[in-house]
Amino acid sequence: MHDEIIRLDRVSKVYGSGDATVRALDAVSLSVREGDFVAVMGPSGSGKSTLMHILGCLDVPTTGAYHFAGELVERMSEHQLAGIRNRRIGFVFQQFHLLGSMPAWRNVELPLLYRNTRERKSTALRALAQVGLADRVQHRPNQLSGGQQQRVAIARALVTDPSLILADEPTGNLDSASSREILHVLRGLNDEGHTVVLITHDANVASVARRVVTMSDGRLREAVAA
Amino acid sequence: MTLLRTLDTGVRGLLSHRLRSVLTTLGILFGVAAVICTVGIGQASAASVTARVAALGTNLLTITPGSTVSAGVFGGGGSASTLSMSDASGLANKDNAPDVQAVAPVVQARETLISPASNWSTTVQGSTPDWLVTNARSVQTGEFFTQTGLRRRDQVVVLGVTTAGNLGATVGSTVDIAHIPYTVIGVLTSAGGQAFTNGDDLAVVPITTAQDELTGGSPESVQRILLSATSSDTIGSAYQEADDLLLATHHVTNPGQADFSIASQQTLQSTLSSVTSTLTILLASVAAISLLVGGIGVMNIMLVSVTERTSEIGLRKALGATPGDLLRQFLVEASTLSVIGGLLGVGAGLLAGALIPRFTGIGVDIAAAPIFIAVGVAAGVGLIFGVYPAVRAARLAPIEALRAE
Repeated sequence: MHDEIIRLDRVSKVYGSGDATVRALDAVSLSVREGDFVAVMGPSGSGKSTLMHILGCLDVPTTGAYHFAGELVERMSEHQLAGIRNRRIGFVFQQFHLLGSMPAWRNVELPLLYRNTRERKSTALRALAQVGLADRVQHRPNQLSGGQQQRVAIARALVTDPSLILADEPTGNLDSASSREILHVLRGLNDEGHTVVLITHDANVASVARRVVTMSDGRLREAVAA
Repeated sequence: MTLLRTLDTGVRGLLSHRLRSVLTTLGILFGVAAVICTVGIGQASAASVTARVAALGTNLLTITPGSTVSAGVFGGGGSASTLSMSDASGLANKDNAPDVQAVAPVVQARETLISPASNWSTTVQGSTPDWLVTNARSVQTGEFFTQTGLRRRDQVVVLGVTTAGNLGATVGSTVDIAHIPYTVIGVLTSAGGQAFTNGDDLAVVPITTAQDELTGGSPESVQRILLSATSSDTIGSAYQEADDLLLATHHVTNPGQADFSIASQQTLQSTLSSVTSTLTILLASVAAISLLVGGIGVMNIMLVSVTERTSEIGLRKALGATPGDLLRQFLVEASTLSVIGGLLGVGAGLLAGALIPRFTGIGVDIAAAPIFIAVGVAAGVGLIFGVYPAVRAARLAPIEALRAE
């Protein structure tokens, strides 16, 4: 097993061309070890969403090298990237991104549809139980509170037993009680050994992490752990 | 992703937009039903044309004067180009034409028939007793005139059922034709519907009487000669015998300059079949266009679906769906719509095929081939028109797609 799950070496991401060039990431280097809990903090426009897309293999750097679990991401085909996202990464989004037409367990089952897994339903139910929603498996997203919806989304991220959980402003659309609940779940997952990268603009949210890095104007800076 | 799971996902996608899926399906449904019905109607009318022509007597040959002759209006004035009674008797001779079963020379005129109850204008044909055989007709009540009656120039008439009904005439009553009284001796059995002519509105008198009293021409000249072959297998040789005999007696050396022409019912049948098949092709083309429009409807809906579900596509990509997975999912959705529409269209087509004859009297013959072709085309249309939306879905960049809300 590779000890270092994420290694960014002077990664830059440039959008547009000519005068309209936007340098969203500017020579960012970052290393995340397995079992770590890292918060990436920064105001909007600081490049943290771009960083998250690159970490999540949803986008590839313009320059620089990104190794995910020892593999160089730029060399991968779209098909291989999809495989990495499916097996190794669990996403948690600010807007939850649950499919409204499906009950909770079907939403959790989704990533399993894109790999060869038996017993999809029981695996999905276990993941829901892990986030404390064993009694809500047949509920549709609109029958659940915001906090519960985000917990369904976390269960969906967990269901493939990924190497990395990538949470992008997971509490951005939640009230403070639900936010605490979600952060508690994430912290619990980290305690169980999952690697978590949390992206937020909120210092209170970032404080649950073991390690905080801050971004501004596309540059990354290590901060003192909370 | 396995095929079964792709199907499951695709069908779930459709079920989450039920109304839209149903409406799209309707487009295909009507297209398929229209194809099945129009082809069915076309086949039924082709079959009925064939049957009606057969009812005219498939053994029938009709000899008419050549086009250069004005159809015996002036009785020919001794012209060799006119058909004559001796032509008819020559053809009736078994030694000359062994494959000819019956020969009926015909003269005819349009006359007003007057009965005590009413009057009625119709075609009066003068012919011989063989008229019944060549026309494949029979007498319903009374009798047809005989050779004896022909020789005696009896003033007798046999009426079609429509004519008899309109005149209020029955067997034994008297009908005036051109101011001369005729006794009704028979009424013909209904001919049923015939192509182009009403076989039930006519009057038949002995040809000798007609030449004396009605057409007034030379007693030799006739307007056409009807022949029937001994069977439908011998019609070709009967044709040849009649042709040879008439060319010889009319002293025509070059068959291309013959002063008569011989038509068989098969000629008529093939003409009518080509007309009906043209009509069928026309109708089926219109139906095929409606199927195509249905297919464009599928594409339209799938494009809307891809646009509307951009964020779902982004999510699925983030969760590990490959471009191929999404391509297949949207193709499955499009072809499921088409196949279901196609199958329902078969049901609707069969139902319409059962109802149309009951309410309109138009026959519908539904065959298996158009059903399979229509469903196959519907499925193909769905697949082809689903490709573009599916490719768009597969190519969406995940971060762009996720950002869409």
